[in-house]
Amino acid sequence: MDYFIQQMINGLTLGSIYGLIAIGYTMVYGIIGMINFAHGDVFMLSSFIALILLVLISSALGALGIGIALVLVLVIGMALTSLWSFVIERVAYRPLRGSFRLAPLISAIGMSIFLSNFVQVVQGPNNRSVPPLLQGYLTVQLGDGSFTIAYKQMLIFLVTAVLLAGFWFVVQKTSLGRSMRACEQDRKMASLLGIDVDRTISLTFVIGAALAAVAGVMYLVQYNVVNFADGFVPGVKAFTAAVLGGIGSLPGAVLGGILIGLIETIWSAYFSIDYKDVAAFSILAITLIFMPSGLLGRPDVEKV
Amino acid sequence: MQSSAASASASRKLDIGPAPADSPGVGAAAMDAAKSALLVIGLATPIVLIETKQSGAGVALEWRFGLVAVLAAIAALARFIHLTVVGPRVRAMPASNMAGRFSPGTVTWIKRFALVFVLLYPFIALALAGKGGAIKWIDNFGIQLLIYVMLGWGLNIVVGLAGLLDLGYVAFYAVGAYSSALLAKTVGLSFWLCLPLAGIFAALWGILLGFPVLRLRGDYLAIVTLAFGEIIRLVLINWVDFTGGYAGISGIPRPTFFGLPFTAGDDGFAAFFGVSFTPLHRLIFLFYLILALALLTNYVTIKLRRLPIGRAWEALREDEIACRSLGIDTVMTKLTAFAMGAMFGGFAGAFFAARQGFISPESFIFMESAVILAIVVLGGMGSQLGVAIAAVVMIGGTELLRELDWLKDIFGPGFDPTKYRMLLFGLAMVVMMVWKPRGLISTREPSIALHERKAISGALVKEGHG
Repeated sequence: MDYFIQQMINGLTLGSIYGLIAIGYTMVYGIIGMINFAHGDVFMLSSFIALILLVLISSALGALGIGIALVLVLVIGMALTSLWSFVIERVAYRPLRGSFRLAPLISAIGMSIFLSNFVQVVQGPNNRSVPPLLQGYLTVQLGDGSFTIAYKQMLIFLVTAVLLAGFWFVVQKTSLGRSMRACEQDRKMASLLGIDVDRTISLTFVIGAALAAVAGVMYLVQYNVVNFADGFVPGVKAFTAAVLGGIGSLPGAVLGGILIGLIETIWSAYFSIDYKDVAAFSILAITLIFMPSGLLGRPDVEKV
Repeated sequence: MQSSAASASASRKLDIGPAPADSPGVGAAAMDAAKSALLVIGLATPIVLIETKQSGAGVALEWRFGLVAVLAAIAALARFIHLTVVGPRVRAMPASNMAGRFSPGTVTWIKRFALVFVLLYPFIALALAGKGGAIKWIDNFGIQLLIYVMLGWGLNIVVGLAGLLDLGYVAFYAVGAYSSALLAKTVGLSFWLCLPLAGIFAALWGILLGFPVLRLRGDYLAIVTLAFGEIIRLVLINWVDFTGGYAGISGIPRPTFFGLPFTAGDDGFAAFFGVSFTPLHRLIFLFYLILALALLTNYVTIKLRRLPIGRAWEALREDEIACRSLGIDTVMTKLTAFAMGAMFGGFAGAFFAARQGFISPESFIFMESAVILAIVVLGGMGSQLGVAIAAVVMIGGTELLRELDWLKDIFGPGFDPTKYRMLLFGLAMVVMMVWKPRGLISTREPSIALHERKAISGALVKEGHG
């Protein structure tokens, strides 16, 4: 039983990271109906930026300032990653808006290839690892067993929860969030009512990238290692999460992320670690075939 | 959706529309260039600025101010030239000049010339590069390019004709390669038996994977096919007893010339024909083999387009609901498209296995699917010539980077142009899409015409929703 609870906690950690990335996919799909294939690589890039910043800042601050260092890494990392995403949207996607449907998809795949190889060229093909950031854990007694929660896992839950709350506030309560939701429902109508659609789409990319950057920092905190090829698989899994939760639905993305994280850890713990990616990809296929609108999504009505 | 697309394209036209006489002055262009430089500096911080080096458990940092400065300067210069020289000229060009650059007559001549050139290619390479140099030109450029041309034409059936977006095409290539390799190694069948069997296996897999996705459309179909492709690759990696895992399968028997192996021995090809042995014989044979396979793919596609099934594919691409109401069996139509495309992928896979003599899951990653799909879309979906040109430009272009050794003289011995191969490939995909979203050949010749056959713009062709 405590082994199961332990796996649940590990799964939730992973799921938080997937959920943060999944929001970027689901928002962009909701607003312009395109799969932002490069989003996984934006996440990888942000993780690399976080690693560089972390080494830089912690060497400047010394061992005492790990907390301040993490906050700084988070803030600067979010800003820099957002800038990348903003430029990517301007250069690779905006000129293709209103073009035929395959064009942005191909452009996004090209961008994804470009980003991963760009990082490989500028930072080298090998893993970069830093010493573990937050060591130590909390042991919880439960009946005659016990399980542990590492401090870094607590940090990941906390940061994810705070940022999701902030994100929810932006989408639900601010005028930017209102324009985003309006554009998602009907882009033409929104622009007729005076909403700057291009700007809203840009900001959607920026917010998605900022959340991916949070995921990137958390990924670094959890695993201490980054590689240029680390974008693709987490990207596809996060996309699976977005689809499972119902693409276009923000709570769905978080729910889907947590479910994918849980399924992956439980599958690795009880069945086969070799086939954990097969499990994730199978869920993707099964969801799309049998339940295309996901858990919380709206059904797609086809009009003739 | 339709109307919002129209308004977006209208606003685009305002941006690049007919040449405003007052193109930005030099001062404004310089301002803009400075902004680009600042942007590049922002993007390059810290991912380019600081290089990480693993040292023990930690990471050492190295600053590269010079590199960032060079990148910023390049960006500013490129932006300046674009604004002052290139931009106004592009705007001054009449729109008609951009669209129909080739008339159908010219296209026929291009095709004839290309065919003759390809048929003579090994001998041209031999004549120009000599026996030693020709190996590279026939193998790396000739054979490899033709494999991609064939894969592009095979996928073109699925994507270009039937309008089904397939991001997992490499799975069928893998099925073909592995089935032919395993049949050759465990059962001991010859290549000439393995080749058709590999095609049949791949076609069966095409139907098998096609069934569950019949209801899906557009991007969702793309993602599910991507998932299937990855599942097949992961099974190939993990089912070690059957496939050899990461190590793959080696020692796959080489194809023979109707029973004559390409060896130096007495029963070899060279001895039989009384010529001195050289490895070039095998390469030239492989070249003509893949050329024949690719041309077969092309021939079958062209013929099928005129048959009811091919017309049903194109009708399905244009409007699935209209198809259904006219009594076309969409299930059969989609499955045959998947099976046909998969079969040619399987043939190419069998050829690949026999050519390499070694296969491993590394050759069948998602990137290959993306590259093949990019070739089809960049070529102009449905255009056979366009797909061939795109394969030559994209694969040949990145392959040419291996030849740029003289750059080492300029940038120092540490400079390795091949590192930038995929980087430039990805960049080229983005640039080509932004420049020509409809692909290189953006005109189509309808399969059936009432009076005279004339090319129409690719913008009139639907890309399919299935």
